[in-house]
This record gives sequence, C-alpha cells and structure tokens, in this order.
Amino acid sequence: MSLLEVRNLRVTFDTETGPVQAVRGVSFSLGRERLGIVGESGSGKTMTGRAVLRLIRPPGRIEAEAMTFDGQDILNMPEREMRALRGKRIGMVMQDPKYSLNPVMTVGRQLTEGLRLRDRLGRADAVAKAIAALEAVQIRDPHRVMDAYPHELSGGMGQRVMIAMMLIPEPDLLIADEPTSALDVTVQAEVLSILDGLVRDRGMGLIFISHDLRLVARFCDRVLVMHKGLVVEEIAAANLLAAKHPYTQGLLNCLPRIGGPRGPLPVLDRTGV
Amino acid sequence: MTSLPSPAPDRQFTRLLGQIGYGLAALAITLLGLMLVTFLIGRVVPTDPVLSIVGERATPAQIAAIREKLGLDLPLWQQFFIYVRDAVQGDLGNSIRTGKSVTSEIARYFPATLELATLGTIFGTLVGVPAGVLAATRPGSLADQIVRVVGLMGYSMPVFWLGLIGLLVFYGQLDWVSGPGRLDPTYDMMMEFTLTTYTGMILIDAALNGAWDVFGNAVSHIILPAGLLGYVSMAYISRMTRSFMMNELGQEYITTARVKGMPEWRVIWVHAMKNVLVPLITVIALSYAYLLEGSVLTETIFAWPGLGSYITDALFANDMPAVLGGTVVVGVVFVTLNMASDILYRLVDPRARI
Repeated sequence: MSLLEVRNLRVTFDTETGPVQAVRGVSFSLGRERLGIVGESGSGKTMTGRAVLRLIRPPGRIEAEAMTFDGQDILNMPEREMRALRGKRIGMVMQDPKYSLNPVMTVGRQLTEGLRLRDRLGRADAVAKAIAALEAVQIRDPHRVMDAYPHELSGGMGQRVMIAMMLIPEPDLLIADEPTSALDVTVQAEVLSILDGLVRDRGMGLIFISHDLRLVARFCDRVLVMHKGLVVEEIAAANLLAAKHPYTQGLLNCLPRIGGPRGPLPVLDRTGV
Repeated sequence: MTSLPSPAPDRQFTRLLGQIGYGLAALAITLLGLMLVTFLIGRVVPTDPVLSIVGERATPAQIAAIREKLGLDLPLWQQFFIYVRDAVQGDLGNSIRTGKSVTSEIARYFPATLELATLGTIFGTLVGVPAGVLAATRPGSLADQIVRVVGLMGYSMPVFWLGLIGLLVFYGQLDWVSGPGRLDPTYDMMMEFTLTTYTGMILIDAALNGAWDVFGNAVSHIILPAGLLGYVSMAYISRMTRSFMMNELGQEYITTARVKGMPEWRVIWVHAMKNVLVPLITVIALSYAYLLEGSVLTETIFAWPGLGSYITDALFANDMPAVLGGTVVVGVVFVTLNMASDILYRLVDPRARI
C-alpha cells in the first residue's frame, strides 16, 4: 500500500477579484521512494507540498477527491489528529533557514521543543537526542550549535539544523521544499548528500520540490512536472531526457550543456501549453 | 565548516555592563543638552523674574540687589554652570511662586503622576496585548472588528471629553467610583498626619501602613482616571500588537513551528510573541513615557495634583525655575525609559547583542 495517496487535489485562494486556483487537480501516489516535483515559480509545487501537511491558511482552501496518508484520511481529519501527524510522521524542510528558524530562540530550544512537549522527555534526554541529530547531519561541534541563535549560523549550517530538526521524530515522509535553493553551490552538494543519505538509511518517503530539473533527475526516482497548477508529465527520473510533453522538453532545452553550442539558450515557449 | 562567534557567558555579561555604561553616558549628554535648551528658553523669554518678586514699585537698588542674589547679573554661561552644578546635587532652585524648593515640590507632584501613569500602562498592556493578538489571529472576524473600532475610538475621542463623560456616568449617575482628587478630604488628612510617607504614591504608602480604608478610597479615586489613560494607551498598544503579530504570523518560522506539530497557542504565544516583544517593548515604553510626562487634560479634569498640572500652572505664573525643573524631570524620565527599553530589547533580541 502506498504511503501517500493524493487524488485530484485543488488549492484555491478566495481573493477580492474571485477565486484563484494555485493547484488545479493534482494526483499522485507515493511509496517509500523519492518523488521530485519540478516546475517554474507559481506552478503550484510548493502549495502541493503544503496542502499535504494541511498548512494552507485562510483565505486558501484545500479540496480533493481523496488524500490519505498511511491509510488515514488526512483531508477530513480533525486538526488535533493532524497536528499529531505533523512533525511526528510528516516533516518538511523549507527553502531558506534564515527565515524558517525562529530568530529569537536558540537552536537547542527549537530542536528539543518537540521532544519535550510532545514526547514529554526530560531536559537531559531531549538534549542528548538533539545532539545526536546534529551529529547525524555532520555538524562537528553540536554543543556550540545548540547554544547558538540562527543568525549566528551560516546558510549551510542552518539548513542542516533544519534537517536535523525534522528528522528527530523519524518521520515516514519528508517534504523538502527547495531545500538547497538558498545555498551556495558547493554547500548545496553537501546538504543534498546528507539529506540523501538520511532518507535512504531510514527508508523514508521523500517529496523533493525544486525548480532545478537536473537536481531532481539526479536525486529522485520519479518526477512530476508541474505547470500552472497541473501535472503535465510524470516520468521516471532516469528517462527524463526522453520526456514527451512539450513543456518538459522546453524546460530541458533551456538548460545549458557542456560542449553545447554557445549561442543564447532558448526561452521557454509558454504559448502552446 | 564555519566556526561560531559565540563568546563565553562572562564575556557577554561584561559586554552588557559596557552597554549600560555607554547608556549612562548617553543619558548624561542628552540631559545636559536638554537642560541647555530649556535653560536658554527660560532666559530668552521676555519676562523678568525679579519684577515678579519685588513688585512694580521697587527701587532700582532693590532690583539690583535681588538680581545679584538670584545670580542673574552673572554671564549666561556661568549661570548655566551654576544651574547644572546645583541640579546634579538635586537642587533645582526655588519656585518664584511659592518660594519653596522646586525639588521638594516635584517630589510631591511626581508620585501622583507616576502612580496614575503606571496603573494606566498596566491596564493598557494587560488589555491591549491580548486584544491585539486576538484581532491578529482572526483577521476580519467580529472580534477583530470590535478591537479595531474600540481602538479607533480611543484614538480619536478627546481625552477631556471621555473624562467628563466618565465622571458623569460612573461618579455622577452610577456612583460606582469617587470623584476628582486622589482621596476624600478625611482620608487626605489621615494620610497627611497619621501615616508615614514612603513613596508619595498613595496606594503603595497606604498598603505599607496597613491602612486599608485609605487604600480602598484611593482605589476608588484612581480607577477612573487610570482606566481612562489605560484606554488611550490600550488603543495604541492593541493596534501595534495587531500589526506586529500579523507580520510575525506570516513568517516562515511560524510554518516551521506548525510543521513540528506545535499547538496553536504555542505557535502564537511562544514562537510569534517572542518576536512581537522586540518592537512591542519600545511601543509600551513610549506610551508609558507619554503618560509620565503628565497628561495635563486628564489631571485637570480629575483635579489630580500631578506633574502635568504642576508644569502648566508654573508656566501660567511665569515661574521659570519650576518649569525648568519639571522639564528636566520629564527629560530624565523619557531618557531613562528609552534606555530601559534599549536594554530590554537586547535581552529579547539576540541579533541586537553585538
């Protein structure tokens, strides 16, 4: 049985000028595998990820024919039970640790908060677990990081902290929403390999949201290509270069190639889609 | 891997001390500037303090004698030097109106203002912050509308009018509270003659003396003006809290807290509130300082012998030493509160501790 099942998901925002649909009927299912969602900004990929966690705030609305996680209906689940699912069984890593970590709380407090409040661990146990989590994301001086505030960390460190924080409860599904887009290229590779290793070792499902086709192709088993709130193509990552859909082909054509012609890259043709 | 600029705790403490020292130096300089300006204004106005002492029929010799006695014959910079030297020792000169020392007069008037302003700020904060949070978490809801309308009324209705209506309704009609003044005359005499004065704030002094009947009477007097000032500061505080909170709730770290499965109360009152506190401290301190300057209108309507009415009366009587003294006290209050909020700001915001 699949871990996550989404059928005909729609995310609508009621604005003063009428409803705007950010996601217009997305379906997919996910086992313990790595699923990539690619698309340009505004394609609805982030909203799809957040809808799975039911984190769309009013005036946004989530509708779907079905949305189940591990057999449980998460579309109509009461908020209380949903909250128990978040963090514990589904985690999410966001784009920029500069904004996604609370600036006025120490890293330690943010890491241990869930353990202490939800799992009712004592202080010492919670700290020990948090330090183990920091070591798991290859932070060499975890004690100092625990006492640091987010602004004292570099982007790569911050993102490792974020990953550690989400992996502490050992979730079954991790949603990574552009986890490396705010980082330097060299740090990107490091963070990605840490993420990759942890996801493999623990056998989690992963939804990897990115605008970077190549990254997704290298990192995922399967890729959804989204455009204007719809999935235009679903394809095994290995076959990405053989994509049939003109939009996906267009995206691929925009990538520079080593040894390719040096002329200007083609611009995405949005008219035909 | 990057190393962290995380100094040892004792070094952080030294740094905090340094900041306080720096703050005190800034305080001294600010006050000196303030005294210079008020002093010059006091000397530049075309009134002669000597005339109001000796009267119109004095002989030139008498006038010269008094002028010399007041030190007005000295050059201006020397007069200022003497004023500052005395002020540092707590001597702000003598009131021309009453002949008494300005310091001792302010010591009697200021506690009345302090008591009123403190209670008002406590009311305003205790009601304003939760109201602002309530409005921010349910934008557009009925609660939000009510908070906004009630706040707008506090902003836009003149304080003297609200005060008069308050007196008319709660004192005149309903008789729930006592009228103007700090105490009924009987209790006033008790306070004056039988009780020990510690702070000049009646609520605190009465409680320290165990005189609960005086305390009760004082409460029934202060509740209306303090409620009124509290309402005005509540209007401001709730509005600012609402906008700060809405801003924080839109931040990504709030999503992180929700992803972690934190209950909504914790998301709002711990994660967001810790960030809201940073600017809110300044707002509350400013509104407190504003009330501490003495709200002349409120003090007049409620016959409240506070700093605002002291300075106003002194102005009308052309009593420059008293005006100057009052202004210096207001300045000290303002600068001190600013400094206190600066220190608090650093305590709640790690990014400000550089």
